[in-house]
Amino acid sequence: MEKKIRVLLAKPGLDGHDRGIKVIAAALRDAGMEVIYTGLRQTPPMIVDAAMQEDVDAIGVSILSGAHMTLFPAILDEMKSKGVADMFLFGGGIIPDDDKEELEQLGVAKVFTPGAPTEEVIQFLRRAVAERRRDEQIM
Amino acid sequence: MTVLERFLKGDVRALSRIVSYVENRENGYQDLLGRLYEYAGHSLRIGLTGPPGAGKSTLVNGLTRMFLADGKKVGMIAVDPTSPFTGGALLGDRVRVQDLPMDGSAYFRSMATRGASGGLASATNNVAVVYDAFGFDVTLIETVGVGQVELDVIDSCDTVVVVIVPESGDAVQTFKAGLMEIADIFCINKADRPGADRLAADLKQMLDTRRTIEGAWPIPILSTQATNRGNIDKLYQQVAEHVAFCRKSGRFEKHRHTQLRKKILAILKNRFQQEFIDSLADESELDAAVQTIVDGESNPYAVGDLLYRRFSR
Repeated sequence: MEKKIRVLLAKPGLDGHDRGIKVIAAALRDAGMEVIYTGLRQTPPMIVDAAMQEDVDAIGVSILSGAHMTLFPAILDEMKSKGVADMFLFGGGIIPDDDKEELEQLGVAKVFTPGAPTEEVIQFLRRAVAERRRDEQIM
Repeated sequence: MTVLERFLKGDVRALSRIVSYVENRENGYQDLLGRLYEYAGHSLRIGLTGPPGAGKSTLVNGLTRMFLADGKKVGMIAVDPTSPFTGGALLGDRVRVQDLPMDGSAYFRSMATRGASGGLASATNNVAVVYDAFGFDVTLIETVGVGQVELDVIDSCDTVVVVIVPESGDAVQTFKAGLMEIADIFCINKADRPGADRLAADLKQMLDTRRTIEGAWPIPILSTQATNRGNIDKLYQQVAEHVAFCRKSGRFEKHRHTQLRKKILAILKNRFQQEFIDSLADESELDAAVQTIVDGESNPYAVGDLLYRRFSR
């Protein structure tokens, strides 16, 4: 059976603007991916814990509150401390170019900003997942 | 260390990998399950089924908290539909199961149906075995939002809770076959809405008119309000009573026996089916056979017979 791409989508922090993330959720679903939608007000530990349980390839977050320079690094730290190096973090929101660059240097695989076509997100995910998947010895 | 070794040491990450491995039917997953059966056999499996939006996930949340408070480890499986058009899925049950402890005592996994049409994913049963081997005391299995005939949950669980809402229909609906026949417990959720009492009365009447078998489990009808935990404790108590009843009456073992029989038959069926399909040289052979039917030279039964006879030779 072909392995599905599994993506966890979450809104960290207190911002309740979830239209963007719903558009992404629908686009990824329509692109044949399995989207685990966790909704609003997620803390970094909740997000990474859920990602571990769901064995996703990628974690996607949407931040429109301006708290991106706090929340993205907090999620990356959580990912490091839980040892989920094979997953990657991507996100989107109203994020200035300088911050985007800094976040991508810190380890966010990709930051999308307003106007990015959903097709771009889909292509990015397909590529990034294909690059990272590896086989493990199960038994 | 292999993933299995980490799994047996209680590593949650390894559990997640093995669930995926089984779900994706990766090479050798049968052998892995074979190993896991050695460690399984202790977990209770409770199923929740009912129409979309009835509150199944929220009830799963409530029941999980009760089990946790009792010192049990709980694994949850929640199934949502895969698109028949794109193969994608939006798995949203997790939204209702937040704020559970993150200490490993509760584990939640969303599964997409991936083509199965009985209300569960075809791998749900196997994932329950994985949970069991990992050491969860209880596995809660939530089906997709069902209609009347998606009844696979009875083959995966020891106790089935059918969740309905006051809007689920009038007395005639309660008398229909299918979903209404598989409940060990009826749960009328959103019971603060108008019509809940009426529905409870209709259900009771339906149960009263059923042919009663001596010593059968008296199916309870509960009213709950999952969002504010109303009567969740009663539901929990009924689940426990049902399990105790089944264990005492021998129904528990009998039911599991039946489930294993079905499982073996399903494994055989899959295997024969695959072997048969592999025996066809290629797809064009089937297309050629279709053409003979279109041309009026044959019919589907004759073609089936011909192919079968060649295969069984």
